[in-house]
Amino acid sequence: MTDLIRLSADALSLRLRAGEVSAVEVTQAHLDRIAAVDGSINAFLHVNTEQALSVAAGVDRARADGEALHPLAGVPIAVKDLIVTKGQPTTAGSRILEGWQSPYDATVIEKLRAARMPILGKTNLDEFAMGSSTEHSAYGPTRNPWDLDRIPGGSGGGSAAAVAAFEAPLALGTDTGGSIRQPGAVTGTVGVKPTYGGVSRYGAIAMASSLDQIGPVSRTVLDSALLHEVIGGHDPRDSTSLTDPVGALVEAARLGQVEGMRIGVIRELSGEGYQAGVLTRFSESLELLRSAGAEIVEVSCPNFRYALGAYYLIMPSEASSNLAKYDGVRFGLRVVPEGTPTIERVMGATREAGFGDEVKRRIILGTYALSAGYYDAYYGSAQKVRTLIQRDFASAFGKADVLVSPTSPTTAFRLGEKLDDPLAMYLNDVATIPANLAGIPGLTLPGGLADEDGLPVGIQLLAPARQDARLYRVGAVLESLLESTWGGPLLAQAPALDGGK
Amino acid sequence: MTAGTEEILSFEEALEKYDPVLGFEVHVELNTRTKMFSSAPNAFGDVPNTNVTPVDLGLPGVLPVVNRVAVESAIKIGLALGCKIAEKCYFARKNYFYPDTPKNFQTSQYEDPIAYDGSIDIELADGTVFTVAIERAHMEEDAGKLTHMGGSTGRIQGAEFSLVDYNRAGVPLIEIVTKPIEGVGSRAPELAKAYVAAIREIVKNLGVSDARMERGNVRCDANVSLRPYGQEKFGTRTETKNVNSLRAVEHAVRYEIQRHAAVLDSGTPITQETRHWHEDTRSTTSGRPKSDADDYRYFPEPDLVPVVTDEAWIGRLRSELPEPPAERRKRLQADWGYSDAEFRDVVNAGVMSSVEDTIAAGVSAAVARKWWMGEISRRAKIADVEPAELGVTPELIVELNFLIESGKINDKLSRDVLDGVLAGEGTPTEVVEKRGLAVVSDDGPLLEAIDGALAAQPEVAEKIRGGKVQAVGAIVGGVMKATRGQADAGRVRELILQRLGVEGQL
Repeated sequence: MTDLIRLSADALSLRLRAGEVSAVEVTQAHLDRIAAVDGSINAFLHVNTEQALSVAAGVDRARADGEALHPLAGVPIAVKDLIVTKGQPTTAGSRILEGWQSPYDATVIEKLRAARMPILGKTNLDEFAMGSSTEHSAYGPTRNPWDLDRIPGGSGGGSAAAVAAFEAPLALGTDTGGSIRQPGAVTGTVGVKPTYGGVSRYGAIAMASSLDQIGPVSRTVLDSALLHEVIGGHDPRDSTSLTDPVGALVEAARLGQVEGMRIGVIRELSGEGYQAGVLTRFSESLELLRSAGAEIVEVSCPNFRYALGAYYLIMPSEASSNLAKYDGVRFGLRVVPEGTPTIERVMGATREAGFGDEVKRRIILGTYALSAGYYDAYYGSAQKVRTLIQRDFASAFGKADVLVSPTSPTTAFRLGEKLDDPLAMYLNDVATIPANLAGIPGLTLPGGLADEDGLPVGIQLLAPARQDARLYRVGAVLESLLESTWGGPLLAQAPALDGGK
Repeated sequence: MTAGTEEILSFEEALEKYDPVLGFEVHVELNTRTKMFSSAPNAFGDVPNTNVTPVDLGLPGVLPVVNRVAVESAIKIGLALGCKIAEKCYFARKNYFYPDTPKNFQTSQYEDPIAYDGSIDIELADGTVFTVAIERAHMEEDAGKLTHMGGSTGRIQGAEFSLVDYNRAGVPLIEIVTKPIEGVGSRAPELAKAYVAAIREIVKNLGVSDARMERGNVRCDANVSLRPYGQEKFGTRTETKNVNSLRAVEHAVRYEIQRHAAVLDSGTPITQETRHWHEDTRSTTSGRPKSDADDYRYFPEPDLVPVVTDEAWIGRLRSELPEPPAERRKRLQADWGYSDAEFRDVVNAGVMSSVEDTIAAGVSAAVARKWWMGEISRRAKIADVEPAELGVTPELIVELNFLIESGKINDKLSRDVLDGVLAGEGTPTEVVEKRGLAVVSDDGPLLEAIDGALAAQPEVAEKIRGGKVQAVGAIVGGVMKATRGQADAGRVRELILQRLGVEGQL
């Protein structure tokens, strides 16, 4: 059974289809692994045992009956608890939604159900996806499988850690400023933020609507492509969803190609502020790409220096409005204060008790930035920066087919290390945020371990909007080149987990 | 502040001293099949909280999708008001916490409305025309409905708890905003009523709204300010919210002019605030302070893409517009053959459409006018409602008229029949039977009554025999009295003349 949990989604799919293993066996193996190790990882907020096994059993019956099945039917998946699911709680990592069950499924969940992928459960995250360490979850932090004293990244630390700890072959994440990619980098896994609009946001609890995007989390580039094709495509319930077809992402990942491609190194996203071990692994990856026939060019994106500032105006502005609905009136937590319970006092007490500090911090920031008299200076200026960043990308993509950078400036830091320093925490996303501001797709894949701490380093690939296939084409080649230097997947070097439950 | 305790000046004195400036925000609820941003039914009067989807409840994770039909309705309203239509416009979030707003923000439009810069000619009862400039018409969503429980007044003050019905949340609204209306003087209250009536007529004529004010389909916020004559700068305004009948609009504007004048006379500045209209006391009370700096933290709605229009689309909608009301009035007057005075009376009584529908249902223009300007208007006045709100349908008038023309009832009896129908006793024919109201059409009893009447007034009978046919009225009167009005007067007259041998002179 240990074998099953170490297999990629693609390998599981092959064995399921060949009848070598049943969906129930595969699902049970992952549920057993969760039972064995999640006490020390805390990747899952809810484990969906019965429903997952029942879906798996249905897949096995259907296969026995000779029904046509989706290639990923019976391959289990974990879902970030920011995405609403019928029949399971959805908390967004917040007290304010404790015990709430959605009466509807997110569009991506409908697609997982249609493909008959057993949902193992809901994964931990920073409250309302606000954070880079998963320490802001109201339900305790998730720990990094490489070192339990370290953070798994955030906000999607639960999904990344679940995949890194072999609790699930696949997971869904959401990425507003790097919440899929930065956890991927620090846990040695793969994660993709699709082009904005490439995957429906219907049912993803909004943090910042113009930046949020659902995407795949996996251990291999090909697995992300397989999942991306399941969840992608137009959704009439999401007005910002693209009408383009998803594209041949799996094919791009299977074929792989870098020869003759121009790969641009973003000058502003390396050097100062980046850990030495991160830069060493990054340079090695560039060399591998060059050796495989890619042309490495340098590009400059001078306005990236304003990206973090613009992001921390736009994101909290939108969040302050998106989070207004959590007031105790219709659903979730309701706190009735002593004395005369006017609606203002009930709303105030509910939000005071239900939201954590980071959420309050961003609501206050956003409310301020949108206020009359400040709007132009803050929100207005930030939107202009957004345009400048889009122009930087447009110019860079004139010189290169794909851009590359380290995903995160450092490897995983220790739990608590940056909890009292929000700005230091925010700096973790300096390389991932520009893609969200421009709406372009990005992928992270493991680039090796940093010499100084032996922790995973992530390599980020960026492509123009709607060119997600390029990420898979280049990512698959780099992955294969790196794995041949390591003699196998990077996660094979991760320490064994001895459980804890 | 208790209603009606404030000092007011007489309207005449107020107008002598001050120049009123008006402004209106009229909210029109569209009659689209589904809501502005969701697939929930847009329906009135259903069981609370049944016409809702996760979107209308603002549940976590939901996204809005714009109703294309609502956009088309907005464009049609814009075109009918002579507005320019934006090539590209955005939705915006208006952020404020209130439990009738499920997301705690209203999705509206802010800097760039779909329609702007229009104007509309408003004709008053005496034919005077004022041009009202329209600043904008924009799309937004309605809020839910709060019901305050446990208090004696139904208001939030003193209530123990409140119930909220989200059926109305998300119903498409078009807010039509005028530019300041100056130079109307003492005609201000009349203009206010006529303006709202015109908007109601336009949206009803376009078919984009049910336009029933009593259901809140058309709601008016009336802004009033006064300034000394000759002063260019506007005075401080108040906004009387949700004035929901034409009469109330007229009265509220009149009252606010009188109240402002008294406040200004006392040397106190006007407080910029909202006011509540009270129909019972016909006065307003202070609402909440309203400054121009109310901070709704508007920003572009990131969950929606801009609405982009093009010439072909607008052109098609323009070609679908019905005849404008002014042209329609001209045509109808000609069709019906009414004099200017007759037609104006019909228009001023607010029964033009009713008359039109009634003629279309099958009676002559004269008969339709007789009913709507006569019996129905009389009843509306007594009930203090609009004639169209009495529940008299064109079909009912056609049937009553048929009963009269076929001699089954007469004009006098038709009123009793109408009473019966409005009291729910059935169709006119059923009421005639149930109440035993049929005119006496058997000539036997009639002849008996005629002979009696002739015998009672032999000198009149003699005059008629002598050729003074007009004297027949006295005998008819006698017969009608004897039959307690249940005789067909025409038939009675015929029979009297027959009896006296002067048939030929009919």
